[in-house]
Amino acid sequence: MIARRARPVSPAVWILGPMAAAFAASLILAVPLRVAGLQLPEPVFALAPAFAWAMARPSVMPPVALAALGLALDLLWGDPPGLWAVCILTAYALVFFSRRILAGQDVLALWGAYALACAAAMLVGFALVGLRAGHAPDFVGVVLQFAVTVALFPFAWMLIERYEAPDTRF
Amino acid sequence: MSLRDGPLGEIKAPVAWVAAGVLVVVLIGAVALFVAGGSRTGPAGRLRGAADSLTAPVGGVLAAPVRVTGEGLGAIGAYFMAGSQNRELRTDLAAALTWRDEALALRQENARLRGLLGLRTSPPLPMVSANTVLDARGPFSNSRLADAGAADGVVEGNPVLSDHGLVGRIVGVSTHASRIMLLTDVDSRTPVMIARTNGRAILSGDGGPNPPLAYLRTHDALQEGDRVLTSGDGGVVPRGLPVGTVVKGVDGAWRVALDADAEPIDFVRILLFKDISQVATPTELSPSQLPGAATDVPEAPPPSAPPPTGPATAKPAAPAPAAQP
Repeated sequence: MIARRARPVSPAVWILGPMAAAFAASLILAVPLRVAGLQLPEPVFALAPAFAWAMARPSVMPPVALAALGLALDLLWGDPPGLWAVCILTAYALVFFSRRILAGQDVLALWGAYALACAAAMLVGFALVGLRAGHAPDFVGVVLQFAVTVALFPFAWMLIERYEAPDTRF
Repeated sequence: MSLRDGPLGEIKAPVAWVAAGVLVVVLIGAVALFVAGGSRTGPAGRLRGAADSLTAPVGGVLAAPVRVTGEGLGAIGAYFMAGSQNRELRTDLAAALTWRDEALALRQENARLRGLLGLRTSPPLPMVSANTVLDARGPFSNSRLADAGAADGVVEGNPVLSDHGLVGRIVGVSTHASRIMLLTDVDSRTPVMIARTNGRAILSGDGGPNPPLAYLRTHDALQEGDRVLTSGDGGVVPRGLPVGTVVKGVDGAWRVALDADAEPIDFVRILLFKDISQVATPTELSPSQLPGAATDVPEAPPPSAPPPTGPATAKPAAPAPAAQP
C-alpha cells in the first residue's frame, strides 16, 4: 500500500483565494440595500482568513496579504489608509504568537480565541479612530460589527480543516 | 515547484522567526501609513480617487438589481395599498390647500418687504443628480460612493442632499465618482442652528444613527421635535438646509434624528456650492457697501501725542467709511 503524500498548496489557493473571496464578500455587502428600514450588516470578512493563516504553518506571505487586504478595505469603505491593515494584523499577531497554546484545542475553544482576536481588532480600531477624531465612536456600532464578524468563524474553521493536512510552506 | 524541492530546501531556516519578523515590519508599516495618510482629503486622496473610479462601476452593476427590486416592491406595495393611500392623500391635499393660500399671501408680503428693504435674494445654486452605488456603514466610517464626479462639476466640499434633507458632503472626487461623507461619520462636523431659538451648535457625527449636538449655544432650552437647519457659519454649507429634528438620546445628550434617514438614500443631489462667494460678489461684501454699525462707545478725542513708530507697534485700524457721519 502506497502512503498518500500531502501535496503542497499553491499560494493562489491558500492566500489569493481567501483574499479575493473576503474582498468580494465585502464589496457585495456594501450594496446600499435597505429592507424595512434595516441595512445589511458590515462584517470584517478578512478576519476569518487572518485567523486561519495564523493557526496554520507560519509563512511570510500572510502578513503582506493581510496588509494589502486591509488597505483595500480602507479604500472600499472610505477609512483612512492603514486603519484596517493595523486592526487585522493585530488580530493575526495575537493568534500567531499564541498558536502553540491554541493547537489541538476543540472547535468551541478556537471560536472563543477567534472572538478574542476580533475583539482586539475592533478595540484597536476604536482607539485609533477615537484618537484621530478627538471623540469616541459609537460603541454600539462597534459591538454590532464585532458580533457579525464573530459569526464568520465557520469560514475560518473551513479553511483550517481544509489545509491542516497538506504542506502549506511555499 | 515548492521551495523544499529546490536547492533552498536544504536550508534549515527558522521559518517562524522569519514570519514573525515580517509580521512586525508589516505592522509597523501599516501604523506608519495610518499616521502619515490619516487625513481623508490629504495626499492619499489620489489613491482613493483611483480606487473609487474602479469600484464605482462595479458597485453600479451590483446596485442596479437592488434598485430595480426596490422599485418593483414599492410598486407592488403601492398597488395593494392604493385605497388607504388615496384616503391619506385626500387628507394631505386638504391641508396643503390651506397652506397654499397662506404661502401665497406670505410670498406677496415677503416680496413687498424685500423690495422696501432693498434686500438681494440668493441666486439658485446649480446641482447635479447622482445615484449612490456603494455604502460603508461601519462604526469607523459612514460614507457612500456616488456615480457623479469631476466631469459633472463636483468638487470636494459640495453639500449633498436627499429628497428629505442634508446627507453629508463630498470628501473625495474622481472623474466619474465621488465619495460622500455622511453626517453620521466620526469625522463629520456640521454647523447647525435650531430653527425655533436660532441657537447655534455643531452636529458632530459619532458613527451612530443619531449624531449628537456639540458646543450648543442657546439661551432657550431645547425641546424634542425642534427643527435643525444648517446655519451656514463658516461658509462651508449654505444656510437653511433641513437637517433633522432634536431628540433626547438614551445617554441624556441632545441628538438629531436626521431627515435623510426617512427613506433609503439611493438618489442624491449634489449642490455645486463651493463657498459664500457664489451667493455674494466681492464688491457687495466690501466695507463701502455694508451698512454702518452704530455703537455706544463715545468717539475718541484726537491724539495729542505723535503716533508711535517702530516695527513692533501695531498699526491702528483705519476707520470704516460706513461709520463716518
